[in-house]
Amino acid sequence: MRQATNGLAEIKPKQERIVLGSSYTRLLKSLVIFIKYLALIVFALFALMPFAWMLSTSLKPAGEVLSVTPSFIPANPTLANYTAIAEAFPIGRILINSVVVAIIITGGQILFCSMAAFAFARIPFKGREVLFILYLATLMIPQQVTITPLFILMTGLGWVNTYQGLILPGIFSAFGVFLMRQSFMSFPREYEEAAFLDGATYWTVFRKLVLPLSRPALATLSVLAFMSAWNAFLWPLFVTRDADIMTLPVALATLQGRWTTQWNLVMAGAVLAVTPILLLYIFAQRYFVQGMTMSGLKG
Amino acid sequence: MVGRVGESATKRRFWLTFFLAPHLIGMLIMLVIPIVASFILSFAEWDLLTPARWVGLDNYANLLNSPDFWTALGHTCFYIIGYLPIVLVLGLTLALLLNQKLKGLLFFRTAYFMPVVSSWVAVALLWRWLLNPRYGLINYGLGLVGLQGPNWIYDPNWSLPSIIFAGIWKDLGFVMMLLLGGLQAIPQEYYEAAKIDGAGGYKLLMRITLPLLSPTIFFVVVISLINSFQVFDQVYVMTGGGPAGSSQVLVGEIVNNAFSYSKFGYASAISWVLFALIMGVTVVQWRLQKRFVHYQ
Repeated sequence: MRQATNGLAEIKPKQERIVLGSSYTRLLKSLVIFIKYLALIVFALFALMPFAWMLSTSLKPAGEVLSVTPSFIPANPTLANYTAIAEAFPIGRILINSVVVAIIITGGQILFCSMAAFAFARIPFKGREVLFILYLATLMIPQQVTITPLFILMTGLGWVNTYQGLILPGIFSAFGVFLMRQSFMSFPREYEEAAFLDGATYWTVFRKLVLPLSRPALATLSVLAFMSAWNAFLWPLFVTRDADIMTLPVALATLQGRWTTQWNLVMAGAVLAVTPILLLYIFAQRYFVQGMTMSGLKG
Repeated sequence: MVGRVGESATKRRFWLTFFLAPHLIGMLIMLVIPIVASFILSFAEWDLLTPARWVGLDNYANLLNSPDFWTALGHTCFYIIGYLPIVLVLGLTLALLLNQKLKGLLFFRTAYFMPVVSSWVAVALLWRWLLNPRYGLINYGLGLVGLQGPNWIYDPNWSLPSIIFAGIWKDLGFVMMLLLGGLQAIPQEYYEAAKIDGAGGYKLLMRITLPLLSPTIFFVVVISLINSFQVFDQVYVMTGGGPAGSSQVLVGEIVNNAFSYSKFGYASAISWVLFALIMGVTVVQWRLQKRFVHYQ
């Protein structure tokens, strides 16, 4: 009997501890969640504050920029920096260059890469596997290897400082073919067989069946091609000479050389360079993430 | 190798040419011929004005004897050593934070990825401005907590670290996204089984998450190394390789020799050494991964 009471006495505090423990764990849990959000917010500030600073500087008059007590909110916000770079640079022309070059490269990649991918996925021919492996092998060669001979080639063709010199090297990517082929291989041939029996040509099957079914892959390739063309620097730096033909990143790098201390102007240029791609990213986020994690490419 | 029923060989050849030839010809002219030309060129000296001269292995020999080359290689390695561990640890932290059931994660994910899609030129300019010794936001912030910030890109000792900071800021979201993809591929059952066995958070991380994530971590390391060897845009814009050559990297050497000195053969030789380095490091990693990487 005594032993039993002792036993009960022993159990009782333990039960209390469990009750106490549950509110304690709940507190601990919300504390953990709080810390997690805190970390997320700190990192978000780390990622976003520089952008805010870029925008804020681009809206400040010159006198306010070089202040030893900087503020994120411009005291006298102005768009004068944007008009100032437009006066010093054919900025409209440069923006159009960037847009046109990026769009043509994207369109070219979509057309030529998906056509080649269709051949690799659906038209049997001798040596197809070997040729495809050779295609993939070119992905391992860094761009810097080809850039010198490419520049010599463009000099020989008289294409330095021309749109074709700027655009053509960006169109033919083995990665685009790889991406589209993956997509083409993933859906069954039965649809096409039926279409072929009805007398359809390869072109009809490609245009009416295969491409519409590959919309996600096309979207991924498009955003990726557009982004790398929009952000491209090394090749445009080699191949452009005059402001009339430059894309935005090259012009920006030049802008900086001209106005080393006028950060409000430089930041206005930077805002112009990042805004289009950030907008595109926010609307087509999924395809950006998919494409970039697949290719191992960075901006 | 069987075509469609009733398809003539001529017809198929026509369609094959139609679909494949445009891309193939483009690849030949824009990529394959330049690759071959670059290799041949690396054994010659050519300034485009006088006829090309065959120099055999001289370019490679000069390169190995050139202090500029070794300095640039050293800077590239310094960049990798400073950049990779930090971006990996922070990226993993972010990926683990995002791989939970919390509200509003889409917003955070979007924010973290924004630097990744931005142009390197714009980002490098932004960081030049942020790191401005006198009026920059960073030194202002350091001043608020009583620290005297260095001269960053104007100080030979701080020029490379400045570039590393900008690199981490830009690539963190990319590394995070790759690792997050890996985390989401880990089957939930493993965690449930381990929790039943009474494993705590730390144990779950060390015994389940990290081992099962190791193929992704390996992939991230390979990709980051390949990209780091090719670092150029940010260096060109932030420091131009300076001050006093203190941040010159390998690709900068290629550009200088081709662009400024018209030493196209020598520039090609550097690019092939760069390729060999990338291949070498990748092969070594493939070998090493057998020891450290666990595949499910």
